[in-house]
Amino acid sequence: MEHVIIVALILGGTTLLSLPLGAWMKLAMDPSSGRMSRWTGLFARIGGTAEEQGWKGYLVTMLTFNAIMFTVVFLILALQHYLPLNPDGMGAHDPTLVFNTAASFTTNTNLQHYSGEASMSYLSQLAGLMWLQFVSAATGIAALAALARGIAGRPSLGNFMVDVQRASLLVLLPLAVVVAVLMVLGGMPMTLQGSAVATTLEGVTQTIARGPVAAFLTIKQLGTNGGGFFGPNATHPLENPTFWTNGLAMIAIMLIPMACVWMFGGILGRMKHAAVIFSVMTVFILVKITGSVVFESAPTPAFAELPVSTDAGNLEGKELRFGATGGPLWAVLTTSTSNGSVGAMHDSLNPLTGLMPMAGMWLNATFGGVGVGMINMFLYIVVAVFVAGMMVGRTPEYLGHRIEAKEVRLAILALFSHAFLILGGTALFAATSLGQSTVQDPGAHGFSEILYEFTSAAANNGSGFEGLGDGTAAWNIATGIVMLIGRFLPIILPLAIIGSLMAKRRAAESAGTLGVEDATFGTMLGLTVVVFGALTFLPAAALGPLAEHFSLP
Amino acid sequence: MNDIISGLRVAAATMAICVAGYTTVILTFAQVVTPATANGSLISRQDGSVIGSRLIAQAFTSPEYVWPRPSAVGYDAGGAGGSNLSSANPQLADRAEALIEAHGGVSRADPIPADLVTASGAGLDPHVSVEGAMFQAGRVAQARGVEPAAITAIIDRLAERPGGFLTDEQIVNVLELNLALDAELSVQAVAD
Amino acid sequence: MAHQQNKSVFSGGLIGPAIGESFAKLDPRKLIRNPVMFTTASVALLATVLLIGTVLSGGDLLFEAQIVFWLWVTVLFGNFAEALAEGRGKAQAASLRSTKAELRGKRVKGGTQKVVAASELRAGDIVLVETGDQIPADGEVVEGVASVNEAAITGESAPVIREAGGDRSAVTAGTRVISDWIKVKVTVEPGEGFLDRMISLVEGASRAKTPNEVALTVLLTGLTLIFLVAVGTLPAFAAYAGGSISVPILVALFVALIPTTISALLSAIGIAGMDRLIRFNVLAKSGRAVEAAGDIDTLLLDKTGTITLGDRQATEFLPLNGVREAELVEAAHLSSLGDETPEGRSIIELAGKGDSTPANAEIVPFTAQTRVSGINIGDRKIRKGAVDAILGLQEFDKTAGAQMRALTERIARAGGTPLAVADGSRLLGAINLSDIVKSGIKERFAELRRMGIRTVMITGDNPLTAAAIAAEAGVDDFLAEATPEDKLDLIRKEQSGGKLVAMCGDGTNDAPALAQADVGVAMNTGTQAAREAGNMVDLDNNPTKLIEVVGIGKQLLMTRGALTTFSISNDVAKYFAILPAIFVTLYPGLAALNVMGLNSPQSAILSAIIFNAIIIPLLVPLALKGVAYRPQSASKQLIRNLGIYGIGGLIAPFVGIKLIDMAVSSIGLA
Repeated sequence: MEHVIIVALILGGTTLLSLPLGAWMKLAMDPSSGRMSRWTGLFARIGGTAEEQGWKGYLVTMLTFNAIMFTVVFLILALQHYLPLNPDGMGAHDPTLVFNTAASFTTNTNLQHYSGEASMSYLSQLAGLMWLQFVSAATGIAALAALARGIAGRPSLGNFMVDVQRASLLVLLPLAVVVAVLMVLGGMPMTLQGSAVATTLEGVTQTIARGPVAAFLTIKQLGTNGGGFFGPNATHPLENPTFWTNGLAMIAIMLIPMACVWMFGGILGRMKHAAVIFSVMTVFILVKITGSVVFESAPTPAFAELPVSTDAGNLEGKELRFGATGGPLWAVLTTSTSNGSVGAMHDSLNPLTGLMPMAGMWLNATFGGVGVGMINMFLYIVVAVFVAGMMVGRTPEYLGHRIEAKEVRLAILALFSHAFLILGGTALFAATSLGQSTVQDPGAHGFSEILYEFTSAAANNGSGFEGLGDGTAAWNIATGIVMLIGRFLPIILPLAIIGSLMAKRRAAESAGTLGVEDATFGTMLGLTVVVFGALTFLPAAALGPLAEHFSLP
Repeated sequence: MNDIISGLRVAAATMAICVAGYTTVILTFAQVVTPATANGSLISRQDGSVIGSRLIAQAFTSPEYVWPRPSAVGYDAGGAGGSNLSSANPQLADRAEALIEAHGGVSRADPIPADLVTASGAGLDPHVSVEGAMFQAGRVAQARGVEPAAITAIIDRLAERPGGFLTDEQIVNVLELNLALDAELSVQAVAD
Repeated sequence: MAHQQNKSVFSGGLIGPAIGESFAKLDPRKLIRNPVMFTTASVALLATVLLIGTVLSGGDLLFEAQIVFWLWVTVLFGNFAEALAEGRGKAQAASLRSTKAELRGKRVKGGTQKVVAASELRAGDIVLVETGDQIPADGEVVEGVASVNEAAITGESAPVIREAGGDRSAVTAGTRVISDWIKVKVTVEPGEGFLDRMISLVEGASRAKTPNEVALTVLLTGLTLIFLVAVGTLPAFAAYAGGSISVPILVALFVALIPTTISALLSAIGIAGMDRLIRFNVLAKSGRAVEAAGDIDTLLLDKTGTITLGDRQATEFLPLNGVREAELVEAAHLSSLGDETPEGRSIIELAGKGDSTPANAEIVPFTAQTRVSGINIGDRKIRKGAVDAILGLQEFDKTAGAQMRALTERIARAGGTPLAVADGSRLLGAINLSDIVKSGIKERFAELRRMGIRTVMITGDNPLTAAAIAAEAGVDDFLAEATPEDKLDLIRKEQSGGKLVAMCGDGTNDAPALAQADVGVAMNTGTQAAREAGNMVDLDNNPTKLIEVVGIGKQLLMTRGALTTFSISNDVAKYFAILPAIFVTLYPGLAALNVMGLNSPQSAILSAIIFNAIIIPLLVPLALKGVAYRPQSASKQLIRNLGIYGIGGLIAPFVGIKLIDMAVSSIGLA
């Protein structure tokens, strides 16, 4: 009962909050003529441009800006030991780690092969990583706005430089201020002082790392970034002090991805369509949450033979202050949204519980990352519309756009690349010492660690089965590349689809057209997600979590 | 080329506003409104020296104190982390066995609360379950030469539901509990 | 040509050649057209090569040989489906070709005639065709008039008139002149004529993939690539677990997962769709046109002959003041006895007095020149005809004349055509001829509306009349006083609103509109220009057939979609059959995934691959007949098909694989 109430409060509450936010995002990102013109004018002056861009122009500008993001942060991280705001005297990083981290935060992944409190200066954390947490999230929102404009039949996709500022300054920043203030009031640290040194009651010296956590953590959650200020992320008591900050953080994780669906619907002028998509995503998330909570209420399997109480479920890697629901619920939310912060150690989840986060990242569209989750869902929509369209006896159409060979090819390529990055990477590392020598746990679980790492990188999630010794150069380079491809291909290809659609004559809708605003379409979309997103991974799941589960004594 | 110049301008603007501006605002707010928690919820002695943070577990090994949950990182608050062991890993069982022994051994009929043998995600969980605290009440009472009821009374007083009515489990902050024990009950010198 | 015949799918004569053709189609150059089947054949070949190795090394020969066998059977079944579909077309083509083989023509050049083979006739040649001759090439009548039997093309034995000029000038190779003679100007080069096109279309030889087919092939190929990754990475995964998976087993898993079912049936579906259209006596110039027919949003229909009966019919008698109705009816009846036109007959029918001619009466027949018919009984001259023609016969009473004109206007305004009746110098009244909306047409339009298709009636009538008929027929809109330019404009307007437009027409002045329309159906009786402009030709000249054509187009796409869904849904069960079988050696616990309780790992793999193969011929009848189509909204259509083929595709293989497993293990094959 406790589980049901908490899940209902978090999901239901966030859904309610996402509606007005979605409306605001529509207004901020895609103001109808005349409205918000002062802001648009300001952003045009800052960027020095406001020209209307086609899909190629928009894409080139986006990629250029992301290259700048990568370069700036690469430099800050590489040179942190020469730069200010380093009270604890953090030293230089390994170059492959700098590459991996810059790629990780540029791609909104926030896979962390380092421990923040042990190796990052405050400047690296704030000007480097936190800045990327704003602008990488803004990139995703901008890309979605552009995609939606194209589908809505506008003559241009807008201007990326204006869009990215709108998303950063009108959407993310105000929300971040509000949530960060609440986090501060909830007991979150926010200081530029270095570590505190304590002498414990038993007389031992304890160094307590702290820092500007509240500001950092808030945008980490809101922007589905997920990179923790501290190594163990949101399980760290200073990054998540109470049950209530935990709840607030979960709301912050879901809020913008949910609102992105409404923004999409708003720009299209198709709120019912958005509601159908929203419902499909919600159903998936509920299935995963149910699985996660149920599987995790089973006791730690390692204690089967020991006199350990079994009524509290599996507590390894979990915090008591979050209650029994907090860990497994967070695990699902963070992986459904490409967030990647953790509220419990995923590596120590029961085997089948661990399958839920992986499934979330395989699909990567049940709300998904800010902006990009909805974009991923668009790819599934293209495929669903294509198959369903044939089944109603018409050349498949999506909102008047005919879906033909070119669109199908691009959509399938994007879905293929996701599978290829995950399974190909896993195969390479599982079969060789590159991965074998870095796993921590025996048997199928070690395989799961490798599988999870590539899944997380390809899905731009950032969480991990952290027992994996992923600090090697091979892991840094491989996941760095996977993150970059996994981020930009699924933005480039959908925008290319939009480019192709915009060049075609738009079809009118009639009763014979496949409706995208009813439960039937929702069902079709859901099945497509399962078939194209999950079936591919079933063999890998069988050899990882399923094999582990069924091998338990 | 235009994209690069324009990108640099936007980068500078967002960094100024979203990094410098935003951090300053939140920092100022925190330091003015909630300075205690903003600086890490530290607990200090009369002389100003820091005992620890009420949010951060610290090691307790003496019998007169309630012990926290195990830590995979030895309660290192400068390099936190979990065990990350898979839930079926035999190392977990080995560790649990050692802990059960340290806690004085238990029987199947009266098992040890699970939180006392599982490490938290960061290894710094400041709480134990009330069952976990009660489980240790006998040892603490013996060490302090008092009736266990005196210990359980303090535990009961400090017990909290972290999510209020939303959570069933009751937990207790170990550092606060031990501070209360020290303040209210003297440690009796135990005859060897 | 085969006319509306309903051959059973597996009629005996076609199976044998289709089996032979299945092997001929193993030619890689043919297979490559279908990437999924090509992939299947490639891995089958790989497994075959490895089998030779197994023979030499003495491995598990029986099991591997069976896998190889079924892999090849899968490919052959795919070929068989295609061959069978083509075979049905070929049977039709053969009879057409026999017609064509003997064609010869009398070429007229400078004043001389020379008999030449049809293959020597070039566009621009003039040929003389006389009674009993077959027309040697498609062309246009430039001189003369003749009745032509077009049964060879249309299956319709009643002869039609072909004459120079006007809308009935096109003739088709293979048809026979049965009276008189015509000179025909050949309009096509040899091999490009109507007959040639029909032959190649029914044979499927020149069948280019339609856009939707191309897109579906892309999807299926993409899925194949995805499964290639899923299966290709397994050896590495198994290596991690300290084991290995043999190549034949990987190949079996791969082939079971990739969408072989739909891929094998894909071209059969396309050919069968074309075939259905031809059986319906509609000739599409490309598969693309058939698909476009399924997408139609707006249907432009000519009023006359499509919505209303071709001829106007007498619907009421309107006497002038002071004339008894009975008197008018009798006069109308008598005067129409000499009118053999449908209008005249309809007057006699409406009068209801039979058609016997009274004694000593003299019939004055209707002619187009006089526009009047009548009867003389003694010196009583009763006449009936067009109002101005009657009024022009002689002087009538002024008041009666004015009354007649008023009556005439009233009829015209209501959409009717008036005829006047006079008895000697006495005007009696008018007959109202009006359009009769075809029975059942209203229901058909309602059906179209449910399918989301808007109907627009095109008529030369004035808007008032048009509105009255439109309302009665239940069309959604009408275009009154339409000129050919208006038609073209209307099509463009609809198209700019994103709509796909279909229309039918026959005249030369319809040609631009036919060309502009997304689906233009030309009547076979129409001009060559119209037939060239449209992308379909209706051999029966029945414009309402557009409705069926739309259905056929939709059915074609639906069949593809349904079988795709079925094929992909099957994968779930195949996974549950094969995955536990191959992983159980690595992790014995995974036997728990063997939910079907299959007998042994080997029989599980074998059963899945056998199911995967035999489902192809089992679905051939469905592919050839097409999934059941009912005019209903897209949403209902989707629910229905998703239910049958999605859920069915999920469940069927669980049952099928289990049954095959029981059979396979009971006869000891695995």
